[in-house]
Amino acid sequence: MTFEPKIVGFLCNWCSYTGADLAGTARIKYSPNIRTIRVMCSGRIEPTFIIKALFEGADGVLIAGCHPGDCHYQEGNYKALRRYRFFKKILPQYGIEEGRVRLEWVAASEGERFASLVDEFTEEIRNLGPLNIKESIKKAMLDDVIPHAESEHHKGGDANEA
Amino acid sequence: MKLKTGIYWGAGCGGCDVAVLDVHEKLLAVAEKMDLLFWPIAMDFKYDDVRARADGEFDIVLYNGAVRNSENEEIAKLLRRKSKVLVALGACAHMGGLPGLANFHTREDILNRVYLESESTVNPEGVIPQERWKKGEEELELPRFYNTVKTLDQVVEVDYYIPGCPPVPSQIISALTAVWEGALPEKGSIIGAGTRTLCDECPRNKEEKEITIFKRPVEMIPEPDKCLLEQGLICLGPVTREGCGARCINSNVPCRGCYGPLDGVSDQGMRMLGALASVLEPKEEKEIDALLSQVVDPLRTFHRFSMAASILRRKKV
Repeated sequence: MTFEPKIVGFLCNWCSYTGADLAGTARIKYSPNIRTIRVMCSGRIEPTFIIKALFEGADGVLIAGCHPGDCHYQEGNYKALRRYRFFKKILPQYGIEEGRVRLEWVAASEGERFASLVDEFTEEIRNLGPLNIKESIKKAMLDDVIPHAESEHHKGGDANEA
Repeated sequence: MKLKTGIYWGAGCGGCDVAVLDVHEKLLAVAEKMDLLFWPIAMDFKYDDVRARADGEFDIVLYNGAVRNSENEEIAKLLRRKSKVLVALGACAHMGGLPGLANFHTREDILNRVYLESESTVNPEGVIPQERWKKGEEELELPRFYNTVKTLDQVVEVDYYIPGCPPVPSQIISALTAVWEGALPEKGSIIGAGTRTLCDECPRNKEEKEITIFKRPVEMIPEPDKCLLEQGLICLGPVTREGCGARCINSNVPCRGCYGPLDGVSDQGMRMLGALASVLEPKEEKEIDALLSQVVDPLRTFHRFSMAASILRRKKV
């Protein structure tokens, strides 16, 4: 079976989600691998959301917000950019490729750009392969069990659910 | 009637045990109400003493330290069975604490580093600890050194948590008082700490934050009245539970997050990353990156005490 990446897309309400909507109404075809989540502002996206998405099975996370200077809330997209740059820096410390997360600016008029971005990012993630982080963490704990058979309450690895 | 009490240390430093003693003369009042049946750091007890007790015989057991090896886990399970109330005492039992930073490595990395590679190691035969050792009639067993450090509640059910590295002694007393007065809160609660952030109890002056430089505590003597974060020191106050009395802050040292996250926060480290990035001054990618390059080892700084309790729990291998 070929690998189909799961991508979570966090799109800001004012520009990028509208841009994605435009791609839809203009009937532009793009890769179906993205699951979009509308947030009010790219500045609302917390690093926790991204980690949670990756942990729960996403192979990549795309964040899209208004172009610099265009934020509906003045500063939200700058916050998003700073969080993104910081997040990219720490991802390798978790053993995760930094290319699995991407931030882009997509305006309400850029339906076509949104579609091609999703296609491009899907291919990037396809090349990186599946992330499978939950499984790999679980696997790393498989041997964390009480080893000696004569030990009291020797039950195996049931207490080590990831 | 006296409370049958046990205190145990798993993968910890003994600081929590010392914090119990640090209640000073109040210890006498405590001793009047408590019968210490198990406290390996202070008195000579054997595991068989605990095994000989009836299930649920201990009224309260304070477990400090993380679960780092199979002995820790075995005793955690034993104590769980023998106790009515099991309390995770201190940051290590609560969130993995400093030992949890080992989750950025594997068991193999750590054993190699400690027994083969470190600059002060002399081990020409390359001896590494074994779980079993046999010579003639003699046979010895060592506990298994785990690949991943765990919090206490990842191996047994925990009734209450007393956070801190170490917990403030007076809060240990108030937790014990709650037990003998039967005034315990809902199961699973954090006791001996508040519900707001450390910033709420921090006495320093705080203004609009626009960070332009990062420094480490060794590089400067901070101004005593100004927010440490505003002076470029990474202070985990914004993402850490109050309750310590701002001990570090009042010693002119930034908060390292030992009291753990607030209610409803699943990942203290990620929370800090988000909070800190929000208050940086630069808006251009290049300037942002230049500023961020001044942060030494950000992930371990943000997860200093909470890595084992974070969403990912360990580094991917």
